[in-house]
Amino acid sequence: MTIMERITNPRFLRSALPLASFAVLLSLIFYVQPRAMSYFGLNLMLQYAVPIALATIAQMFILTVNDLDLSIGAFVGLTASIGATLLADNPVVGVCALAACVAAYGAIGALIHWRNLPSIVVTLGMSFVWLGIAVIILPTPGGTSPAWIKAIMGLKVPYIPFPIIAAAVIAIVVQVLLMHTSYGATLRGAGGNPRAIERAGWSLLKIKIVMYSAAGFFGVLSGLSLIGLTSAADAHIADRYTLYSIAGVILGGGEFVGGRVSPVGAVIGALTLTLTGSFLIFLKISPDWQIGAQGAILIVVLALRALIKRREG
Amino acid sequence: MSLSSNDIVTLRGVAKSYGAVRALGGVDFRVGLGECLGLVGHNGAGKSTLMNVLAGTVSSDSGAMEIHGAAINEKYSVAVANSRGIRCVFQELSLCPNLTVAENAQIIHPSLKGFGWRKRADALITAKLDEIFPGHGIDGDELVGDLSIGKRQMVEIARAFTVTAQSLHLVILDEPTSSLDVVTAGQLLAYIRKSVEGGTSCILISHVLGEILDYADRIVVMKDGRVVAERAASEFDRDSLVSAMGNVVKEARIEAHEQRERERGTTPVVVSAVPEKQTDGRALVAHKGEIIGLAGLASHGQTHTLLQVYQAAGKSDKRSRVEGPVALVAGDRQTDGVFHLWSIARNVGIRSIRSMVKFGLIDQEAEQRLADEWRERIKIKTPDMDNNILSLSGGNQQKALFARALGSDAEIVLMDDPMRGVDIGTKLEVYDLIRAESERGRTFLWYTTEMDELNNCDHTYVFRSGQIVAELSRNELTEEKVLQSSFEETA
Repeated sequence: MTIMERITNPRFLRSALPLASFAVLLSLIFYVQPRAMSYFGLNLMLQYAVPIALATIAQMFILTVNDLDLSIGAFVGLTASIGATLLADNPVVGVCALAACVAAYGAIGALIHWRNLPSIVVTLGMSFVWLGIAVIILPTPGGTSPAWIKAIMGLKVPYIPFPIIAAAVIAIVVQVLLMHTSYGATLRGAGGNPRAIERAGWSLLKIKIVMYSAAGFFGVLSGLSLIGLTSAADAHIADRYTLYSIAGVILGGGEFVGGRVSPVGAVIGALTLTLTGSFLIFLKISPDWQIGAQGAILIVVLALRALIKRREG
Repeated sequence: MSLSSNDIVTLRGVAKSYGAVRALGGVDFRVGLGECLGLVGHNGAGKSTLMNVLAGTVSSDSGAMEIHGAAINEKYSVAVANSRGIRCVFQELSLCPNLTVAENAQIIHPSLKGFGWRKRADALITAKLDEIFPGHGIDGDELVGDLSIGKRQMVEIARAFTVTAQSLHLVILDEPTSSLDVVTAGQLLAYIRKSVEGGTSCILISHVLGEILDYADRIVVMKDGRVVAERAASEFDRDSLVSAMGNVVKEARIEAHEQRERERGTTPVVVSAVPEKQTDGRALVAHKGEIIGLAGLASHGQTHTLLQVYQAAGKSDKRSRVEGPVALVAGDRQTDGVFHLWSIARNVGIRSIRSMVKFGLIDQEAEQRLADEWRERIKIKTPDMDNNILSLSGGNQQKALFARALGSDAEIVLMDDPMRGVDIGTKLEVYDLIRAESERGRTFLWYTTEMDELNNCDHTYVFRSGQIVAELSRNELTEEKVLQSSFEETA
């Protein structure tokens, strides 16, 4: 294969698309606002990338097994509320509460598989449950985040801004676990052809529990990292994350069905979405337009992907 | 049946029913050590169900099973089958398209884990592919979804023969050559002989009778969920095998309808369609008022051709010409037929809804009239046509679907094996109705997998691999001829 052929190969184009869209957006920002091209600028623009990336990874686990999680935003809000209250007051109680949250996620996965329920309906219902519990724990915005979380999230690393390092670590760890271990291959296979996995003697129930628990775990990390940045919490703090996380996975090259996901792509997708907000601010466009602009970016990227797919077919 | 300790698997009196449908009616079956067993039978004979029972993916309702002479006491499952060295290549592929070839090998070998598992899985599957299909051109890193269907089948077959922790005793191959070309099919069959000689037993299911006759040691013939013949392969020839698959025991036969010896071609041609895969340009032709049968093994292009006609309705393209409005009676009621949430009346009326519009709204009275008329004519058993469609039995739901087609303005009615799982009484009523409607000038294209239904047709086309391979007039129609044409000719 010549270099040219390699570059125009649809499979390569497809996997390069998330990074390319991120790079294009970043260069546009630097063009509009050259001062953003600094340690401080990047740190500021990308600080919320870490919780969004974690929530995106959580969503990706669910999408891997052909389900969709409409409760992740509310769940992150709940774990943030727990983090800013129970965990700050009494670490043991806090850790137990967060562990119970993860277990609840696993139980939901088991229920969805056992009763063959549509995940969209179950998680939509659960989103109100999470929100309700969060409001009970933290009726009004407030609380304080534990100092150690603030310390981690406020880490100053020389040369490279912390959010970039954190995003890279998240991406690589999940990439290795899901894409390179043998059990990871089985987990993804459950999205590709569940029947084949079952016929090979694996338990689909166990796979669903593992994936939902992993999503719950990353949802907890997302909530904690979020209060590390805001230093206080609110039950509604992460309501937007549900849509962000879905958009991030799809921007990153994932598919709604078929177990085709990319952890690195998902994290890049989350970074891209985070940057959109800054870009619009630099363009002096009101933040009210943010969601619309994010949607527009999603449409452009998906249109490009559809073009590549046509060539594949 | 002889019982020897040399048997890998022995089944006794295995029965399995799906609701009212009896898939297996007490089957005795054994596979010897180092034996290639050929298994043949028509669609629905129970071959696949039997193999699923063996592979542990379906549990039988009753019967006993022994592996290596030891009774199975625990709950039989895929994991148990695997641990006893039984593998199955299913008819529909069991690979994950989003994983690579090597990752798919890992799926059935949980022992491939830890550092470097991918490399080991790659080596394992590549070595087996090289052994069975030299020159296969498949890379272990390739995504299965990117492979052609033939290559996917090669991967799946090779995977079944790979060995890691557990030793391999029996490989079940359900239609393994259906997507392979002549060369690779030959490579596979040669490999099967080689591995059988090496002591691994094999069950070969195929519709290509030549393969069975040439490569199996013993042949078991199934029909209607029972084993009807079992002999050494050398004692069979093509004709005796075909007749063994046919109606050995005549059941309560549907009364053969009065033969209709109408001359073809006295009425104008209303449908003419060349199936998409047809290479010799042969066309399915229907004259006005005819009942045309589409026969052959299941999913050999019949439904496809019906849909081709449906899409060409009212216009014509290169391959098909269709004169007049068309309606389709779906075979898979639950998926393609009924609207689950609607009343019977609405389900019947939906095809005709355009003619029942008054001031832009549905004319309830017209809908009710149509529903009541068809309730009488086709005898839908319900107290009220406004009841939900699911309140009806399967047969009556199917009647409602017939009413939908027949109550419309359609002059051509396409039937996609509509009598699946319908009781005999309903069938006879519908047959009468179809004949009456055809005499009034309606044309029917009728795909059926039931031989007896073809007796209602004026002219029958037999399909194989998406092509018309034979056409039989009403007088020429025999089950044997249909079977002969359905199975691939081997030179």
